[in-house]
Amino acid sequence: MASLFARIADDTPRRVWILLVALLAAFIVAPWLINDYLVTVLIVILYLAYTGQAWNIMMGFAGQLSLGHAIYAGLGGYIAAVLFTRYGIGPWIGLLAAMPVAAFCGAIIGFLAFRFGVAGVYFAILTIAFAEFTRIGFDHLDFVHASSGLFLPVKQLSHNDLWLLRGSPRMFYYVILAATVVAFVLCRVLLNSRMGYFWLAIREDERAASAAGVPTFRYKMYAVMISAAVTSFAGVFYAFFYNNLFPEQVFNISRSIEMILGPIIGGIGTLFGPIIGAFVLTGLAETLNAAMAALGIDLPGAKQVLYGVCLLVVIVALPEGILPWLSRRLGLDESAS
Amino acid sequence: MPFDVYLNVAVAGILTGLVYGLMALGLSVIFGVVRVVNFAHGEMMSIAMYLAVVLFSTLHLDPLIMLIPIAAVMFVLGYALQAGLINPFINRPEHTQFLLVVALAIIIVNVLLIIFGPDAHTVQTSYAYDSFQIGPVIIDASKLYAAAAAVVVALLLFGFFRFTLLGKAVRACADNYTGALVVGLNVHRLYALTFGIGAACVGAAGVMMTLIVDVTPMIGPVYTLLAFVIVITGGLGSMAGALVGGLLIGLTEALAGLLFTPSAKSMFAFGILVLVLLFRPQGILGRRVA
Repeated sequence: MASLFARIADDTPRRVWILLVALLAAFIVAPWLINDYLVTVLIVILYLAYTGQAWNIMMGFAGQLSLGHAIYAGLGGYIAAVLFTRYGIGPWIGLLAAMPVAAFCGAIIGFLAFRFGVAGVYFAILTIAFAEFTRIGFDHLDFVHASSGLFLPVKQLSHNDLWLLRGSPRMFYYVILAATVVAFVLCRVLLNSRMGYFWLAIREDERAASAAGVPTFRYKMYAVMISAAVTSFAGVFYAFFYNNLFPEQVFNISRSIEMILGPIIGGIGTLFGPIIGAFVLTGLAETLNAAMAALGIDLPGAKQVLYGVCLLVVIVALPEGILPWLSRRLGLDESAS
Repeated sequence: MPFDVYLNVAVAGILTGLVYGLMALGLSVIFGVVRVVNFAHGEMMSIAMYLAVVLFSTLHLDPLIMLIPIAAVMFVLGYALQAGLINPFINRPEHTQFLLVVALAIIIVNVLLIIFGPDAHTVQTSYAYDSFQIGPVIIDASKLYAAAAAVVVALLLFGFFRFTLLGKAVRACADNYTGALVVGLNVHRLYALTFGIGAACVGAAGVMMTLIVDVTPMIGPVYTLLAFVIVITGGLGSMAGALVGGLLIGLTEALAGLLFTPSAKSMFAFGILVLVLLFRPQGILGRRVA
């Protein structure tokens, strides 16, 4: 199931290009046509598409199941927020610190796991362990105000300050849209590179890849580090968009699970999968919200039960995800069966 | 602090750890045989805990007695779950199985939330405040009974796998899926049986846990993670390993709660997991599988 996109692009480049440009155009004009609430919903969708894309590098491309990606987003958010609140350093400079730190953290986890032959489910549990360890650690770290949370000053500005990431939802929307586009292009480039082919080889059969001369250890390390660095931007964005960070929230395992639901539902290892998955899942959640409100049901948990049931139905009915099924339906991808 | 305090806390930690061990044993059996990452394990335990709360408040049954009916109910539940939902997924990729079980976990947590609300429920037995004193050590009666019951259930399970033909068949499935198929075992039915046994185990552990902690819908995910930590620490596929892992984690949590702060205790459990994964990936009592 090598890069679906690459195969589509090779066969029918024009159709896909038109689709992509239309999609991008729709995204660019969208915030001027809808209200602020829907803009925030779109921000959530793009945020999940972005993080899903980042996670996909590690799992979808290189086959390493991480269930602790919240650690990279959380570290990114905390680093940028601390630099901003304590030293007045802006988020884009903060990002320059966040990305290497997240990559380094990924490198530590990857190094320990891959060196000691921790793989599969064990690797997944190790990533959770690191994320939970960090969550509880930050919960007791006074430097970041421990469990009482770190807050960014909120100021009413007459104009959008892109440099300091202070402004209206619409500005944040374009920031995360740009990031999603960058991540998409990055993944496309990576997939079609030597590294991408090595990753796919490792994903499909690590022993065979190793026997064929792929330096599996080194390329798995690259996957973790790139994925972690890309994810850390999401954390910076989160910090400046929501203006508050609680270890209990940003490092929570449910953050990690949120990130991976999109790509799995959408189609793991594909470029459009994380985007479709984010759309479907957030759309589902919002629809359930609206339906509950319309029916006057105010029962905590009811929405989540329906959400869980929908997840269950999707995974039972479309175990490969939506995209492979969709592209088969549309006849875009004859070879996938 | 006097030495007595440490000793008391250590004993309490070990007793709680035995119940943890029984919970983890259920996961170890499921994980070791069916090879499905049961990320709804703690959630399944919380179902049993709520069953215990309901039975206690309506019929005033002692948790030690309702252990048996609740374990039986959980067995049926686990069997049905595996036979109906998980069996078709056993040859699918791990992340697909993971998502299936996570969806299940979300449903369980929130159904419990709808039925019982977010508040904590307890089981107040007549012996809740009793204790025994042996020399300088004061032992909490509830914890002692819970730990004793956990050990009995674990021994029964151990006997089942060791000495019965059915247990042998399950072990055969765990050792070699294809081989088990070749010799004519009904692997799917045995998987369902195993999941049922694992569910009964965690159900029994859940009933015992009501003697030790309060139950809220949100404890499910916490205990899922804890069960994984214990199983991997003790050694996957090793039943004694699950108990030893439970003991170790129970003891660590208790001492960490005393020496640092109770809210940081699970950090040490995760720390131990990281150390074990790095230096003895097969777990304390596990054996290396190629």
